[in-house]
Amino acid sequence: MSEHRLILAGLDGDHTWQLQNYIARGGYEAFRKIIKEKTPPDAIIAEIKASGLRGRGGAGFPTGLKWSFMPRSFPGDKYLACNSDEGEPGTFKDRDILRYNPHTVIEGMLIGAYAMGCSRGYNYIHGEVFEIYQRFEEALDEARAAGLLGQNILGSDFSFELFAHHGYGAYICGEETALLESIEGKKGQPRFKPPFPASYGLYGKPTTVNNTETFASVPFIMKMGGAAFLKLGKPNNGGTKLFSVSGHVCRPGNYELKLGTPFPELLEMAGGMRAGRKLKAVIPGGSSAPVVPADIMMDCTLDFDSIAKAGSMLGSGAVIVMDETTCMVRALERLALFYHEESCGQCTPCREGTGWMYRVIHRIESGAGRPEDLDLLRSVAGNISGRTICALGDAAAGPVQSFVKHFADEFEYHIENKKCLVPPAVQDTGSQIYVSQSC
Amino acid sequence: MLSQESLQQIDREIAKYPPGKKQSALISALRIAQQEKGWLPKEAIEFVAGYIGIPPIAAWEVATFYGMYDLAHVGRHKITVCTNLPCALSGGVHAAEYLKKKLGIDFNETTPDGKFTLKEGECMGACGDAPVLLHNNHHMCSFMTTEKIDEMLADLEKQ
Repeated sequence: MSEHRLILAGLDGDHTWQLQNYIARGGYEAFRKIIKEKTPPDAIIAEIKASGLRGRGGAGFPTGLKWSFMPRSFPGDKYLACNSDEGEPGTFKDRDILRYNPHTVIEGMLIGAYAMGCSRGYNYIHGEVFEIYQRFEEALDEARAAGLLGQNILGSDFSFELFAHHGYGAYICGEETALLESIEGKKGQPRFKPPFPASYGLYGKPTTVNNTETFASVPFIMKMGGAAFLKLGKPNNGGTKLFSVSGHVCRPGNYELKLGTPFPELLEMAGGMRAGRKLKAVIPGGSSAPVVPADIMMDCTLDFDSIAKAGSMLGSGAVIVMDETTCMVRALERLALFYHEESCGQCTPCREGTGWMYRVIHRIESGAGRPEDLDLLRSVAGNISGRTICALGDAAAGPVQSFVKHFADEFEYHIENKKCLVPPAVQDTGSQIYVSQSC
Repeated sequence: MLSQESLQQIDREIAKYPPGKKQSALISALRIAQQEKGWLPKEAIEFVAGYIGIPPIAAWEVATFYGMYDLAHVGRHKITVCTNLPCALSGGVHAAEYLKKKLGIDFNETTPDGKFTLKEGECMGACGDAPVLLHNNHHMCSFMTTEKIDEMLADLEKQ
């Protein structure tokens, strides 16, 4: 039982983010080989398809298939965008990848651009991580100076310009069409799909958007081969994946595991539960993923299919762990506030519904809940789901539906007794300022 | 309206985008203007719009949409604490309460001497480092125990 590191391998030393150190770890070998051997773009896409790599940002869409949607023969500009707008509560993996291993993202984007015929790319970096944006800009400067970006890269006829684009505080920009709007300098409001970005993307040109970790995996796939990458994980769930563990564990942090690793092993790697307390529930894929009660979660393996079978989703691999001191009403109240704050306001069901759900949960939490409130929550959530342009509506409804489903007794207790089932003093012990340590 | 240095930084942003796509640099240009002015006054927003060559309303739309712009005056040190669920499980709310007590202000308030403004933030993508807070939008402070908050405030007090 241990991590299986590809992206995070060799990152224990100093200045691991610098080009010379990335090269010492075997960096840019995959890309150089492609340029030297003039690998046909189709062969690269076939390799990515064979690897079973699925999007690491949350949706889990097969990357190779996405790449094959790009109209390679389209004349004129085609764009590549990296989605580093990491703001899904619980998720903090892309920050570490960009902080310690930015060149693997650049190399992954180079390979993607070569395979899809893109001439220009942008890495969209979350507003709150300005220092990461600066570090990525430094990495881009290094790559340019080494002739790895720009015109006629490494003396070939392949040219690719890559830039960093900094967001400024909008969760919705992690939605890929909102992200494109934001790169165009507008409000980040998602577009109707279709048309999909592969036909109408940035500035109306064919565009592919992939997550940071997805790009970071590409050099490893090209080096070890798609079949070997797939074999690390499970069928349909190839490779390794970063899991960001937060909440009531002894050692929160990022852990890179083979997909299909049993959840209890991750829990143990993260130091187990604090002070020997009991696991109550887990949100396995970022705050938008439905919550899973402890007993179901302990039987899950960490891959897209197993988590889906448990009624949730692997999402971004952000594992939020809650112990028995957690009040589920209060936990949901905070998430509901987040979605209310972050709704872009474009679609009525989401704009109005997220605020409505927050107000109802808030009144339950503050002891003013009404007997009909749970049905009301189910009804509002059900009326948001599937009725919005983008997935934020579903993302806001999912937590409400799952919390109310699995922890109905706690909500009912709250409404009936005007107080929490978990005494406030107990909650307080669980949510004290805590800094990573061995328990 | 903006210093030569800020204008150069904005020019660098504009150069990242294809010809005719200067609006793409708007989000960064407003950020640069805010860093220079300490907040984003109306005049700065309209100046940036003019500099980029877009209607003022296009810049207003962006300035009011993205959460990190300060459309009202803030203290010299803006401290934004994440209280979202993953952080709250590791003391995010307690850290915020401690700051409120120490500074004698609530969220969205500024100390009478104009030094500190406290804000409640949304996910900063650093949940493993909880409690986390941002200083003036750009510097992330991790693992903020009460001792570290004391140290930080003492340092900022001197500036």
